[in-house]
Order: sequence, then C-alpha cells, then structure tokens
Amino acid sequence: MKYKDYYNILGLERKATAEEIKKAYRKLARKYHPDVSKETDAEEKFKEVAEAYETLKDSEKRAAYDQLGSHQSGQDFQPPPDWGKQYGGSSFSFDDIDLSDLFAGLAGGRPNSNQRGSNISVPGQDYEVTAHITLEDAYQGTIVNLNISVPEYDENGHLHRVSRAFKTRIPKGVVDGQRLRLPGKGGTGFNGGHNGDLYLNIALHPHSLFRVSGHDLYLDLPVTPWEAVLGAAVEVPTLAGPVRLKIPPGTHAGQKLRLPKRGLPKPHDGEGNLFAIVQITVPTVLSERERAIFTELADISTFNPRGHFEQETKHEN
Amino acid sequence: MKIELTEVLWIDQYQELSLADLAKLSGLSETELNELVDCDAIMPINTNSTEWIFDAGCLAAAKTACRLRNDFELDTQGLSVALTLINQIHHLEMQLHDLRAQLPGRIF
Repeated sequence: MKYKDYYNILGLERKATAEEIKKAYRKLARKYHPDVSKETDAEEKFKEVAEAYETLKDSEKRAAYDQLGSHQSGQDFQPPPDWGKQYGGSSFSFDDIDLSDLFAGLAGGRPNSNQRGSNISVPGQDYEVTAHITLEDAYQGTIVNLNISVPEYDENGHLHRVSRAFKTRIPKGVVDGQRLRLPGKGGTGFNGGHNGDLYLNIALHPHSLFRVSGHDLYLDLPVTPWEAVLGAAVEVPTLAGPVRLKIPPGTHAGQKLRLPKRGLPKPHDGEGNLFAIVQITVPTVLSERERAIFTELADISTFNPRGHFEQETKHEN
Repeated sequence: MKIELTEVLWIDQYQELSLADLAKLSGLSETELNELVDCDAIMPINTNSTEWIFDAGCLAAAKTACRLRNDFELDTQGLSVALTLINQIHHLEMQLHDLRAQLPGRIF
C-alpha cells in the first residue's frame, strides 16, 4: 500500500486543529472542485484534497491515520501490527487496497462493517468515466471497452481494489459532452440497496477537417477567386463520403453554404447540417500569362469594394 | 473472459424522470429537490402539475448540486445560487464553442 501524506496535501502541519483542517479544505476545494474549476488536472487534485479531508475531519479516522506514522508520499508501507484490530475489527486485508479505501472502510465510512452487518440498505456508489471517441465514431456509433479500478468488498467483507471491464455500445448521434448511463454498473449495493450506475461522459477528439457545434458541422472550403466570381461545382468531404457542392456565382468570403442533413445524426429525429465556410484563396505564385490576365482585369474592372469608404467620408464632412 | 455488451441509456430531454427517480439517481432528497425547484434552479417540465416530471437533462444539474452539497456543505439557497451561476457559465461556454466552430480554422 502506498502512503499519502494527507497533511501535506492540505498544506498543514500534523498538529493542525479541526478548524484549520476545515479552512484549508474549503480553500483548496474552491480552487480545484471540478464543477467550478478550470485548473489543469483539477479533478485529480480535488480527489486528493477530498480524500485527505474525508479522513482528517473525522477524529477517529484521523487518530487511525496518525497511528500509521509519517512516511514519504508514494512510499510502500504496512500499518503497524494490530492496527487493523484496533481500528477496523477483523475486516481488513491490506492487500490490493488503496489508502482511501482503507479509511472508507473505517467507522463513518461508507459502507462500514456495522452497516454491512445490520439491516440498513446501502446503495452502491455511482462511477463516472470519460470515453474519448472520434467524430466518425459519433456519426456511425461504436463499441468501446472500458476498464475501471474500483473498491469492492469480497464475500468476507474485505475491501479490495478490483478492475472491472465493460464493453459498451455508444449509439450514433452522441455529441461532445453527452452523458450516457449504464444502470446498475456502478458499485454493489448492500442489504438490498440498489447497485450504483456507471455514467459515461463523451468527449470527441478534434477532427482535422470538421469543427462540431452540437449536431452541426463546420468545414473551411477554400475556393479560387474565379470560382467565387463565376460559380462552380466542387467536391467536398462529408462524414458519409464526398459530395458535389454548387458554389453560386458572386460568392463572398465567409459565406456559409449549407449542406442539409450532412451533420451528425440526432438520436431521436433527423440530422444536423454541414456548413461549408467559403475561404477565398489567392495564388501566391503566378505564371506570366496569369499575371497578364490579372493585370488586364485590374485595368478594365470598375469594381470598387471600398466605395462605401468614400461615401461615408463625404457624409461625415 | 467474455465481456457482455452493455447497452446505455440516453440522458437528455427526451427521457422523463419522476421526482422520486431524480432523487434516487442524483443522491438529493425529495425535500432538497422541492426547494431547488422553488428557487428555479431545477425546472420540471410540468410546473403546474402536482406530480412533477423532469427531463433527464436535469440529472446533471441535480448530481452537480449533490456534489456541491457534500463537498462544500452548502444549504439549498447556496446550492441554487451556485447552480444558476454554473448554468450561466455552461450556456456562455456553449455559445463560445459554437462561435469558435464557425470561425475559419486556417488563416490564408
């Protein structure tokens, strides 16, 4: 079992008072709580802080923790002889266990040996994992394999950290941030308490071509100046394969051309749209003939895209 | 070892939950949910009915409220203020995300 220095995590001396422990926790919880924090690794840091506070705020657990002695963080250690008997009765095994699991199993933890021995029903814990999938997976649906490491009690009431594997179908049409529920796949309930659920948060990998907004997709569509002026039919990629798109004559830069129902499928009805955003791209290397044609165009064209500057200036004078 | 395929349930506006369902899934009590509804922090679909129905999208807000209650020892008033602000932030982040999606990815 690896040692964690709960006092150090909360930035406290070992002789800190209960009030100091609470104050330090609240300060760090405000900083790292995943519902309110934008800090990097906020969730992991908050878990550490919450774990430390969960033990140190409870006088009995704190005394039990102090009895473990002081070690280097991350150092392998064994509790002193009789520690288990003194604090947890006979229901402790120190194999395959995490320090947080050890203290969760002490009185005041959930579910403790008393609860397991009584008739109080205790629901299993909910777990949450993030599934990172590609945009193509979201479009077609996919199957993902999940592995989670969770604390569980065995038939003798010993707490162990176990690995659980799931194979889950992600239906087509999920979007970034979508939450899905796997009922009963969380922690095991006790004394008739229902099993917890496993929640799956969907996170889409960024795509090299498409940007996602809900079920709509956005694609930059580079076009030549002459395609923009004269109009053209060009091939554009979609998640279902390439399609021909008509660029109307006189198309402007930034104009959004809609390809209906070429976005992500919606779970209950229809599909989102694909928007091709026109980017007029100019050649940087010209042949002599191209330069001559552009020069001729510049000479004969009466088009003035800045005409309104003059009008506005006259108006203001 | 063969792992069985598990089907998922959507959590969105098309799935409906009773007050008891929402309490069971979120970890909040029905009394706490009643108070959050009174503060408009969580809204049932049928506000005028005596038997409230919630869309499953409310589950995320209710679970957030449960975490905040446990982690900060907030009362329902504090929770409703925090939930309202978190909702506003999510709404603004989504608007920002949508606007960014419409911006060109490359500068020519």
